[in-house]
Amino acid sequence: MLIARDICADYNRKAVLREVCFGARPGQITSIVGPSGAGKSTLLKVLTGDHAFAGTVRLDGRDIAAFPLRDLARIRAVLPQSTPLAFPFTVIEVVRLGLVNHPGQDHIARRALAQVGLAGFEGRYYQELSGGEQQRAQLARVLCQVWEPVGADGTPHWLFMDEPVSSLDIAHQLQVMALARQFADRGGGVVMVMHDLNLTAMSADSVALLRAGRLIVQACPEDVYRDDILGEAYGCRLEVGKTPVRGAFVLPQMVTVP
Amino acid sequence: MVTQIAASPLAGDRSRAARRLGYVLVGLLGLTCIAGLAVGAAGTSLWSALADLAVGRELALRDKVVLWDIRVPRVLMGMLVGAALAVSGAVLQGLFRNPLADPGIVGVSAGASLGAVIAIVLGGALPLAAAMGAWIVPVFAFLGAWGATMTLYRIATRAGRTSVATMLLAGIALTALTMALTGLIVYVADDAQLRDFTFWNMGSLAGATWGKLAVAVPLILLPLAASGLLARGLNGLALGEAAAGHMGIPVQRLKGAAILIVAAATGAAVSIGGGIGFVGIVVPHLLRLATGPDHRFLLPNAALLGAAMLLLADLVSRTIIAPAELPIGIITAIIGGPFFLFILLRQRGIVDL
Repeated sequence: MLIARDICADYNRKAVLREVCFGARPGQITSIVGPSGAGKSTLLKVLTGDHAFAGTVRLDGRDIAAFPLRDLARIRAVLPQSTPLAFPFTVIEVVRLGLVNHPGQDHIARRALAQVGLAGFEGRYYQELSGGEQQRAQLARVLCQVWEPVGADGTPHWLFMDEPVSSLDIAHQLQVMALARQFADRGGGVVMVMHDLNLTAMSADSVALLRAGRLIVQACPEDVYRDDILGEAYGCRLEVGKTPVRGAFVLPQMVTVP
Repeated sequence: MVTQIAASPLAGDRSRAARRLGYVLVGLLGLTCIAGLAVGAAGTSLWSALADLAVGRELALRDKVVLWDIRVPRVLMGMLVGAALAVSGAVLQGLFRNPLADPGIVGVSAGASLGAVIAIVLGGALPLAAAMGAWIVPVFAFLGAWGATMTLYRIATRAGRTSVATMLLAGIALTALTMALTGLIVYVADDAQLRDFTFWNMGSLAGATWGKLAVAVPLILLPLAASGLLARGLNGLALGEAAAGHMGIPVQRLKGAAILIVAAATGAAVSIGGGIGFVGIVVPHLLRLATGPDHRFLLPNAALLGAAMLLLADLVSRTIIAPAELPIGIITAIIGGPFFLFILLRQRGIVDL
């Protein structure tokens, strides 16, 4: 379990998060959504221990502030929004950096690359890849770090991702969602910041909706995806529909230019 | 552009090529050592001396002095200084995540110079001077280099991100400031100190003696050996501070250690060799082009190539206008200056100029 209570965080002395409570379970995908500037990325940084905060964050019952770095690295990996590199690493060299818990096991790196659809890219220079390809190469690196969704002793492993699909085309967006689903179905926990409400509705087990630094609601998609809740959070008119098979979807409505 | 790397078990994995390159560099260093021992203004022949030794004949005193007291310490000193400068460059570049960082360019060497000059000129008046003895110049050079590196890091890096432009500009300011302070101290120096300073400042291995070597060996070998422990951390740091932390790398400790290693190696190299620039940028860059940026191989290979290149430069410096000598710093700058501009122009995008 990942449990965050009464999180307050500042950025440049401005309050970005106010009394946010948040939870995520292993075996589930938990998505953080909300308009730009709502504090989604900051919340993720708090959860990964990268941003100063007041309140408590507990991962599997242990206070995140007291978690030794090395132990954290064993049970959770983090995918940043983008990762520019200063030096000419090849793709496989980047992915192999993720083998911190599986040193020397190159077959994992190769399989991770194949899973993100970059088989055959091993010898390409990372810096020459497109933005989307770089993001998928980083995902392969992060997957290497938590290759088993559950540890040998039964502790669940965690995958934190900040907008993992933001620069991908729809086919690769679906591929990444499938990877997250598989990680969760095999017992791992997935927490991700998302922009795309429809992909979120399709994939998430739990959705946390933020607005202006406050948590509006965290619940299953059916309870969050309502015209009034989403419309108010995003400040525009949205129509939520439902398909019998796949659940909710959001239909954007044309607005008039003021 | 074809970027597939062939002839490797795992495509794109250059670790084998890097290891093989290491063996080649050992050979190259051996050759340059022999050349450094064989060539010199005195005309003493290494070969006839070796032949004499082989048959058990006593060497002429003059040959013995030239070989044992002049050429051998000079070659050893060249190796140490070259290795120290190249590894300093590679570590500094890893720390700043930036291929343009060089101890000479960003002011680390200037800081070391200031420390060295303080020791040369104010020497006796400094606290603990008597206790430090011959170590006083390298120790103060180390302190100067450390202060400069810390200052530069504080200025150029904010929230874990280094701005290339800020780093280069801060380096210029830092160099100017430390040079002004150096000038101020030189101004109060007496004639003998001035002479010491001038010879040292030109950058030369000519003053190599066994005595100086005894001081330099631990000061340089220690940080060189320690740099190997940073290799994995620097690889992780290439992904950024946050990502390195997520992979379990203690980033703050890593950075502190990297700064100490750069300061110690640069300080020692500068206190012995004076102003020898650009080795720290040329060597790592060539190696990254050849076998990639993995620090586990980059750092040892940089030590080997740096040592070999400085021996070659020294060979040129003492033969090109023999029997006179050209300061070696001039040679490394003539080669390194255009090389730096070349890298700068190729990387215009990231420097944002």
